Amino acid sequence: MAERGRLAEGVRAYRLIAGMWIRSTMAYRASFAMTTFGSFAATFFDFVAIMLMFSRVDALGGWSLPEVAFLYGLSAVSFGLADLVIGSMDRLGRRLRDGTLDTLLVRPAPVLAQVAADRFALRRLGRVTQGSLVLGWALSRLDVDWTAGKLLLMPLTLLSGCAIFCAVFVAGAAFQFVAQDASEVQNAFTYGGTTLLQYPPTVFGKELVRGVTFVLPLAFVNWLPACYVLGRPYPLELPGWVVGAPPLVAVVCCAPAGLAWRAGLRSYRSTGS
Amino acid sequence: MDGFITLDEVEKVFSVRRKTGFLRRERQEVRAVDSLSFTVARGEMVGYIGPNGAGKSTTIKMLTGILTPSGGRLRVAGIDPSRERSRLAHRIGVVFGQRTTLWWDLPLIDSYRLTHRMYRIPNARYRENLDRLVELLELRTLLDTPVRQLSLGQRMRGDIAAALLHDPEVLYLDEPTIGLDVVSKAKVRGFLRELNAAQGTTVLLTTHDLQDIEQLCSRVMVIDHGRLMYDGPLTGLHEAGESERTLVVDLERELPPVEVPSARVVRVEGPRQWLAFPAGQSAAPVVARLAAEYPLVDLSVREPDIEAVIAKMYAERAVS
Repeated sequence: MAERGRLAEGVRAYRLIAGMWIRSTMAYRASFAMTTFGSFAATFFDFVAIMLMFSRVDALGGWSLPEVAFLYGLSAVSFGLADLVIGSMDRLGRRLRDGTLDTLLVRPAPVLAQVAADRFALRRLGRVTQGSLVLGWALSRLDVDWTAGKLLLMPLTLLSGCAIFCAVFVAGAAFQFVAQDASEVQNAFTYGGTTLLQYPPTVFGKELVRGVTFVLPLAFVNWLPACYVLGRPYPLELPGWVVGAPPLVAVVCCAPAGLAWRAGLRSYRSTGS
Repeated sequence: MDGFITLDEVEKVFSVRRKTGFLRRERQEVRAVDSLSFTVARGEMVGYIGPNGAGKSTTIKMLTGILTPSGGRLRVAGIDPSRERSRLAHRIGVVFGQRTTLWWDLPLIDSYRLTHRMYRIPNARYRENLDRLVELLELRTLLDTPVRQLSLGQRMRGDIAAALLHDPEVLYLDEPTIGLDVVSKAKVRGFLRELNAAQGTTVLLTTHDLQDIEQLCSRVMVIDHGRLMYDGPLTGLHEAGESERTLVVDLERELPPVEVPSARVVRVEGPRQWLAFPAGQSAAPVVARLAAEYPLVDLSVREPDIEAVIAKMYAERAVS
């Protein structure tokens, strides 16, 4: 019950602070328009690179362009949503270094919510928009044998993927309590992870695929659901039931991330800076 | 004494890793606060001073729940700050002199609206408090100005108002007059006096400016190396440290050291001379005497700084 109250408090604080940041951004409308377009364009060229590759080859690791686009779209939308919601957490290191985290600690609201909403940037919608367009294009080109299960899987996959990336962001932020300039390490897992997921698992070595399945379970963001929807064999000869796993994996990721955050905050409060 | 803020043998030990060689580090314990005990009664206005690194900020951070003490017992309004940080937040106000909590790109009023909602201040009380604070801190014409366009003094007043909207029972101020010009300093001090008298708000302030304390606080606590060195009225501190003020005099030409009763020349540099006289004494008779007997071009008075007072205090202790 108390946990639930805290969650509601957190969401409320998040909305209040995110709202303030949106209004702050709107103080510079032209800059907002340009950075949103920039975010869209940067990710757009990201996909152009893949299309250029396909002008030379017909398949990548046995996957056709629409199929890779499907992977790309799932990963980009999941990651884009996570980045939109709590992507600014990598600023925590700076707050720790200049001591401004203290000003958040004297407010009557959960710190995680305040840090997550810090510098909330609507321009990150650019990435989500671009990912959705690619995903839509892929779906229009693919000849999928849709079933009720597959239809249900789509939104579930995106939400679980978003939650998995959120967990990585939170865990990365927690790590910054220990190593204050570790935001690049975090970026390697978040931005690096999403780039990895844009390519089919068949192009990577077994060890890497194993790593992103069992250690940092990014494979559940798009690889496994995409294999199921497209009727392809699972990497690593995983059993068929893993297709229902993403929501579970998301929960399993969020729990340790939350604990890591608590431990990080506790160590800050007992050592200071 | 029935304390509103009570510290009982509070300790804070940091473990610092020090580089001792290439890739070699040694753990070292630093006692930032060492068995600190004091109480502050409701409605008191206390100056909390000490040199940099003495443990002032650490104490304030423990009192606001930002840091957890390593040992001892600490209560603010009956609450253990580090365990019930959020509950305490409703009852305290904090102003960090060098960090604004206001929203840089938004009109001042927006920051207050956020506080209104985040602290769940009832509408009627919010309007009443806002009205009063805006009046007293002369913010009326600034409410629609983006914070980035405010001067340092205006922003400080804005920050103080933001910290008081939810009617906190205690206000912590960390260097509230740092960097402000004389007029702004006077406004801030005047307001704090009024707040303490009219609302009975308990005020704890850290400062490097002895005048803040002289004009505001009936009680001053000096901390150094994490220990309480002095606790009492400011006059007592001057006696304990025998502090001196300095009169800097520019003469028309180079002269031998001037001779004025109750002041002594401590330094001569060309036509400029430095005179020291007891801090408790007025500068007027010294200046009058100088002006009457010497060809004076310019002069200024320098207040003793806290470091100097404390340094003197140590010297006295070492002797006795």
